[in-house]
Amino acid sequence: MRRRFPLLMTALLFGYAFLYGPILSLIVYSFNESRLVTVWAGFSTKWYGELLQNQQLLDAAWLSIKVAATTACGAVVLGTLAALALVRFRRFRGRGTLQVMVTAPLVMPEVIIGLSLLLLFVAMQDSIGWPDGRGQLTITLAHTTFAMAYVTVIVQSRLAHMDQSLEEAALDLGARPLKVFFTITLPLIAPALAAGWLLAFTLSLDDLVVASFVSGPGATTLPMVVYSSVRLGVSPEINALATIIVLFVSLAVAIAGVLLYRQEKRALREQNQG
Amino acid sequence: MKGLPLSPTRGRGLIIGVPWFWLGLFFLLPFLFVLKISLSEPVLAQPPYLDLIREVEDGLVSISLNFGNYLLLWEDPLYRSALFGSLKISAISTLFCLLLGYPMAYAIARAPSHWRLPLLMLIILPFWTSFLIRVYAWIGILKGNGLLNNFLIWSGLIDQPLEILHTPLAVYIGIVYSYLPFVVLPLYATLVRLDLTLLEAAADLGCRPWKQFLTITLPLSLPGVIAGGMLVFIPVVGEFVIPDLLGGPDTLMIGKLMWTEFFSNKDWPLASSLAAVLLVVLIIPFVALRHFEQREETI
Amino acid sequence: MSSLRQLKPEEPWQAPEGEPIIRIENVSKRFGELYAVDGISLDIHSGEFFSLLGPSGCGKTTLLRMLAGFELPTEGKIYIDGQDVTNVPPYERPVNMMFQSYALFPHMSVADNIAFGLKQEGMAKARRQERVREMLSLVQIDKLASRKPHQLSGGQRQRVALARALAKHPKILLLDEPLGALDKKLREQTQFELVNIQERLGITFIIVTHDQEEAMTMSSRIALLRDGRVEQVDPPRRLYEYPSSRYAADFIGSINLIDGHVLSQEENRVVIRSEEAGGDLEVIHSQPLLAGTPVTLAVRPEKVRLESGDAQLANRVSGVIKEIAYLGDVSIYHVELATGKRIQFTQSNVQALAEQPLNWEDEVVLGWPANSCGVLTQ
Repeated sequence: MRRRFPLLMTALLFGYAFLYGPILSLIVYSFNESRLVTVWAGFSTKWYGELLQNQQLLDAAWLSIKVAATTACGAVVLGTLAALALVRFRRFRGRGTLQVMVTAPLVMPEVIIGLSLLLLFVAMQDSIGWPDGRGQLTITLAHTTFAMAYVTVIVQSRLAHMDQSLEEAALDLGARPLKVFFTITLPLIAPALAAGWLLAFTLSLDDLVVASFVSGPGATTLPMVVYSSVRLGVSPEINALATIIVLFVSLAVAIAGVLLYRQEKRALREQNQG
Repeated sequence: MKGLPLSPTRGRGLIIGVPWFWLGLFFLLPFLFVLKISLSEPVLAQPPYLDLIREVEDGLVSISLNFGNYLLLWEDPLYRSALFGSLKISAISTLFCLLLGYPMAYAIARAPSHWRLPLLMLIILPFWTSFLIRVYAWIGILKGNGLLNNFLIWSGLIDQPLEILHTPLAVYIGIVYSYLPFVVLPLYATLVRLDLTLLEAAADLGCRPWKQFLTITLPLSLPGVIAGGMLVFIPVVGEFVIPDLLGGPDTLMIGKLMWTEFFSNKDWPLASSLAAVLLVVLIIPFVALRHFEQREETI
Repeated sequence: MSSLRQLKPEEPWQAPEGEPIIRIENVSKRFGELYAVDGISLDIHSGEFFSLLGPSGCGKTTLLRMLAGFELPTEGKIYIDGQDVTNVPPYERPVNMMFQSYALFPHMSVADNIAFGLKQEGMAKARRQERVREMLSLVQIDKLASRKPHQLSGGQRQRVALARALAKHPKILLLDEPLGALDKKLREQTQFELVNIQERLGITFIIVTHDQEEAMTMSSRIALLRDGRVEQVDPPRRLYEYPSSRYAADFIGSINLIDGHVLSQEENRVVIRSEEAGGDLEVIHSQPLLAGTPVTLAVRPEKVRLESGDAQLANRVSGVIKEIAYLGDVSIYHVELATGKRIQFTQSNVQALAEQPLNWEDEVVLGWPANSCGVLTQ
C-alpha cells in the first residue's frame, strides 16, 4: 500500500472492524455467565451445555445438514452442466434464457423465490400429486434451484479460463468425448466444483426465508428455529450456536480458500505456459 | 454450427437440456403461478385461494380474473409507501455500501499482489457465516442496554442510552453490514484489471492524482460500480430478515409486508400480487445488471 | 534465405501417378457470413514437410483444424491415405497435432502426457513405457519424465508437446505455429531439430506459420494462403525466385516491382517498356506474352548490382541514393530514379569498418541481368 493514501488504509481497517466486530462480540458473549447477554458476569461454558440439551434445535440442525448436503450435490451437478452449456456451446436456442435463469436467482429477493416455489409445489401436488406434501424434499428442491446458480457462476469462470486446446489435444490423441471430460476437464475444474459444493452447502444451511415458505409441518430447519428464538430477544444459547457455526464455517472456508488458492496458482501457471 | 465434433448431439442435448429443464420448471414456471394466484380471490380454505378456472355447471367453465388485489395495492397508502420506502432504503444503503466498499476494494486492488487474496478472503469470510446470526449480533450491539450504549455511557459521551434498535438507522447499518461483500468483490475485479500505465500516462501529461482518479479510474471502474450496486439494490428491495429484526413498526418494507400477508394474514393472493409488483419493479435494474455483465463478457 | 534441406531428386508432387497422403478437395469453411477457407484444393504427399504460410486471418489455422477434425468443412472433402475422413471425429483420425499453446495437461507428468495417446489405444503398459522412453530421448528430455508441465521452460514444453504428438506414430503430424512461443535463438535451433526428426521418422509434417523465414527454412513445399485461398504452391526456392503474383512476390522477402508493358518478345527474351524505370528492361520469360500487355517486372534487391562501368548487364538504371540502412551483415540502399521511382539494392558488408563506399546523395548506376528477374502478369 502506498503511503500516499492513509485514507485508503483507514477505510480498509474500518471496513474490516465493521465486518468482524459484531461476530467477535457474539463469540465473546457466548462465554458469558449471565443470561443478560450484553452484561459481562464471568466466564462460563454453560450455554454450550444447554445448547446440546435442546432437542428441538438439534433435530433442526440435523435436518438442515441433510438438506444442505443433498442440495450441494444436486447444485454441483446441475450447475456444472449449466456452466458447460454456457461456456462450451456458444450458440444454441434458449442460451439467452438459460443465462438469465442462472443470473437471476443471485439477486432475486428470497421472498419472491420462496413464495413462487410454494405456489408451484401446491399446484403440482394438486395436479400430479408430486411432491406429496411439503417438507425436506421441497426445501431441498428449492435450495438446489438457487444454489445451482452460484455453482454455475464459479464453474463458468473456471471453464472460461481453461485453455480449450487441452480438450482438443485429448481428442486428437484418441480419447472419446466422455473420456476427455473425465480425464481432462473434470480434474482441472475440480477445485471450482469443491468450492461450489461448499458454497451451496452454506447457502442452504443459512437460508431462512425460502425454507419458511416451502417447508411444511414437521420440517423445521435450523435457521427457522434460530429465527423464532431471536424474535423473542437475545439469548446466550444463540450466541453459543453462532460461535459453533462460525468455527465450522471458518474451517470450511479455510479448506475452500486453500482449494481456490491452488486453483488460482494453477491458472496462473497455465497462463504462463500459454 | 452443425454437429460440433467435440460433442455428439446426444451429449450436447443433455448438457443443455437438464439445467434448462430444471430452471424452467423451478424458476421460470413458478412466476406464472405467482401471476395466476395474484389474480384470484382469497378464501378461507387450504390452499387459501379460489381457482381462476372453475367448473360452475356441467361442462360450463368460468374464468374470473380478480384485479381487486392490484386495485388494493394502488389505493391503500400502506402498500404504496411500503414499495417506495423499500426503494428508498435500498437506494440509500446501496450508496453507503459503495461509499465504504469502493475505498476498500481500491486499497485491496493496489495492495502488493501476495496480500490481495488473503485480504479478499477476509471480505468474503463473514458472508459464509450465517446471515441470520450476523444480523442477530447487531441486536446485542444496538439495543438500549447493548454494547454500543454501554460503551458510550461508560466513556462519558452520553448519559442516556441512544435509541438505535428498531429505527431506520439500525436497518441501514444491518444492510450495509450484510451486503458489503457484494460491492467489494465486483469493484475489486474491475479495479485490479485497471492498467496502471494509464495513470502513469495521465500523470505524465500533467494530471494530478485526485484528478487522475476522477477522470481515469472512476469512469473505467463504472461497470464494477453498477454491478456491485445492483447486486445490493435488487435483493435489498425485497429484504425481509433485516427490517424484521432490526427495524421498528414504522420501517415499512415490501418484503416484510409480503411475509406478513402470507404468514399472518394468510392472504396468498395479496402476497402474490405484491410479489408480482416487486418483480416488475426489479426488472429495470436487473436488465441494467445483465447489460453490464454482458459487456464484461465481451471485453 | 537458406533451405535446410537439399532439394531431393525425387519430388513426389511432380509424379502424376503418385497417390497423395492427403487430398484436400475444394474445401470451404464458413463462419456465419465469413469464408475462413474458400475452396482450397491441395495434394500433400507422403514424407513432405509442407507449410501453410500466410498472414493472420488467411485461413491457415482453420484448414489445419479441419485436417485434425476439430472443424467440419462447410463444403468439400478431405481424404487421408485415400480414405474419406471429412466427417471422421478427431479421435479416430490417423493424424496428431502439436498445439500452438502446446496444450500440455497441467495435472499430468511429462511421461503421462506422452503416454496419454498410447493409453487411449490400449497399448500394454510395458510397451507404453518403452515408447515413452523412446520419445523422451528423441526430443532429448530424458531427465524430465517425472516433471509437471509448470516446472518446464518454454523450450522444454515445446519438446514435450512434440513428443506427445509423435508418440502414436501418426502418419501425419500437424503443427500449429510450433515455434511461435520461442525466442529467436531457440527458434532457429529448433528448426534444425524439427527437420532432422521429420527426416528420420519419415512422417509427413504439415505446419502452419506466419513466419516466411521459418517456412522457407524447413519446408519441402509451401502453400501461400491469402483470404482463404491458395495463392501459390511451390518449393521454397521456386516461391522465392519465381513468385507467380505481386502478392506472393511481396509476401516473401523484399522485392522491387516495376510496372510497364510488353514491347516485344523474341523466343524467351521479353522487352518491357517501363515509364517508372524511364526506359526499356529485358527479362527472360518462356510463356508467350502479347505485345501491349501490362506487366510488372520483379527483381530482388540482392540481384541488383552497382555498375562499375565495364560489366554489360541487360538492365541499367541510374539514380541518387536517398536512404541507407545498416543491418550488420548487409546494408540496404534506396535509390531514387529520375522518374521518382525508388529501387532497393543490398550489399554485403564484407569488410568491417571499411570506409563507407556509398553515401547519401551519391549518384549511382544500378543493373541486373535479364535472367535474374521475373515478370508478373497479375
